[in-house]
Amino acid sequence: MALASLRDVRFTYAYSDRPALDGITLEIESGMVHGIVGLNASGKTTLCSLIRGIVPHFHKGELEGSVEILGRDLLEWDPAELSRTIGCVFDNPFTQISGIRETVFEEIALGLENLGTPRAEMIERVERVVEQLGIEALVRKNPNGLSGGQRQKVAFASIIAMDADVIVIDEPTSQLDPDATDAVFGIIADLKAQGKSIVLVEHKIDLLAEYADRLTVLRAGRIVTTGAARDVLTSDELIAAEVPVPEVTELSRRLDAIGRPFVRTPITSAEAAAAVSARIQEASNAH
Amino acid sequence: MPIELYRAAFAYPDGSPALSSVTLRVGDGERLAIVGQNGAGKTTTVKLMNGLLKPTHGEVRVDGVLTTDRTTAQIARIVGYVFQNPDDQLFASDVRTEIEYLPRHLGWPDEMRTERVERAIDITGIRPHLDANPKDLPMAIRKFVAIAAVLVGACRYIVLDEPTAGLDARGLDLLRSMLDHLRDDGTAVVTITHDMRFVIDTFDRVVAMADGTVIADGRCADVFADDEVLHRARIKRLIVAQIARDLELSRTALTVDDVVALVP
Repeated sequence: MALASLRDVRFTYAYSDRPALDGITLEIESGMVHGIVGLNASGKTTLCSLIRGIVPHFHKGELEGSVEILGRDLLEWDPAELSRTIGCVFDNPFTQISGIRETVFEEIALGLENLGTPRAEMIERVERVVEQLGIEALVRKNPNGLSGGQRQKVAFASIIAMDADVIVIDEPTSQLDPDATDAVFGIIADLKAQGKSIVLVEHKIDLLAEYADRLTVLRAGRIVTTGAARDVLTSDELIAAEVPVPEVTELSRRLDAIGRPFVRTPITSAEAAAAVSARIQEASNAH
Repeated sequence: MPIELYRAAFAYPDGSPALSSVTLRVGDGERLAIVGQNGAGKTTTVKLMNGLLKPTHGEVRVDGVLTTDRTTAQIARIVGYVFQNPDDQLFASDVRTEIEYLPRHLGWPDEMRTERVERAIDITGIRPHLDANPKDLPMAIRKFVAIAAVLVGACRYIVLDEPTAGLDARGLDLLRSMLDHLRDDGTAVVTITHDMRFVIDTFDRVVAMADGTVIADGRCADVFADDEVLHRARIKRLIVAQIARDLELSRTALTVDDVVALVP
């Protein structure tokens, strides 16, 4: 069953005169990492909100077209049930922290408490995610005193601890250093290996190239292109949508432009290393 | 006149040291990036530069005067600080009021106020949003509003804390052209960032920090050539530069263009 199936969707926020999403027809499959890219204000966050039912259940507006989440019409979902089914990490960690818990440990456990998770299991799950993210030093601190990057890790941990089958993640690494970013992507890879479905908004295109199975590119509320990550990342539509191409793909494009193309355009660092290595080999054979 | 940190140390009131000893000089109109892991002391260093923090040991001088001999407000007029989270900074209910706050507070004449406000609006590209409430704007635009509110002052040094976080390609282009504008103006810029592609594309000088001190300070090409420094500061060179190094094409390749030239 598809995680989400959207047909001719248009959504206009109640306070806006232009649609945030328009003409969206999209199938998001289960068990994959589905990346969403595009300029700021291109509709990425609204698309996440729609999958998670925050739009139109919480943020009101006019919704046209059909949205099915896990085979059921979005409007038929009970918002509370949908929020338990789909975990959601918001892009602004400053709004996600509850503000009502005194330690990071309790903050991460809050969602599990609300689900009625037994105490022993709750503690075990919180401890596991704390270890995965390497935030042991934070667990006794007050969440309200954390830096932006620390809050972002705690917000991410809170959602991962809830262990939902579907997780929507909006820019999880915007405030993180490279080590922490790698830790977050390591967890995303683990979640995928466990068969979970992940919808991921992320500006760091090099990381999306490594981890995403499929990509959707948005511009001004419309889909520019959608498909297998490789096809999207090597397409001209990506550039037209002002989305940067991965570094290794950029290398390939520039070699192309000077008439020395790779046989196959790389999108990951391993592919690029193999392509460059093959060229070195060829050059040495020629001598 | 420069900003000079000489063996500057800072410890928080609970005794935990944030900076052990930093010696660093930022020249007039210079542009540099400070990189390193969270907790390395980057933010503490720049807060010492604009007087938000005063050193517990060592010296920090702005224009030759010790920051301990001036108030934070006095130093902040010379060294502007744009916070990582714009919401820590913005308070007005519309963008124009936000940007005009400082000139009005300082009682500048109309002509000077208008000139500085217009300049800040132009450099940051926020003209379409002047009547909006900052809270209704996307994070990326709120960032530029926060930058404009600092640029409007007559600072000769601007500190940007993680300016690229959450910015798309268009925002990055705007940020780069803003930095070029400031360089032409002779305004020095000190940037904290985790975005190495931004550092390599935009900065000649990079300062790497780890464990509360500076472990490297020099040209990008030299700092990124040093594996030991990258490891200690927990930073990485560009993916393509790393490939060039791993395949023994070059130990100093820095940019995508460098690597294009090296591929046989």
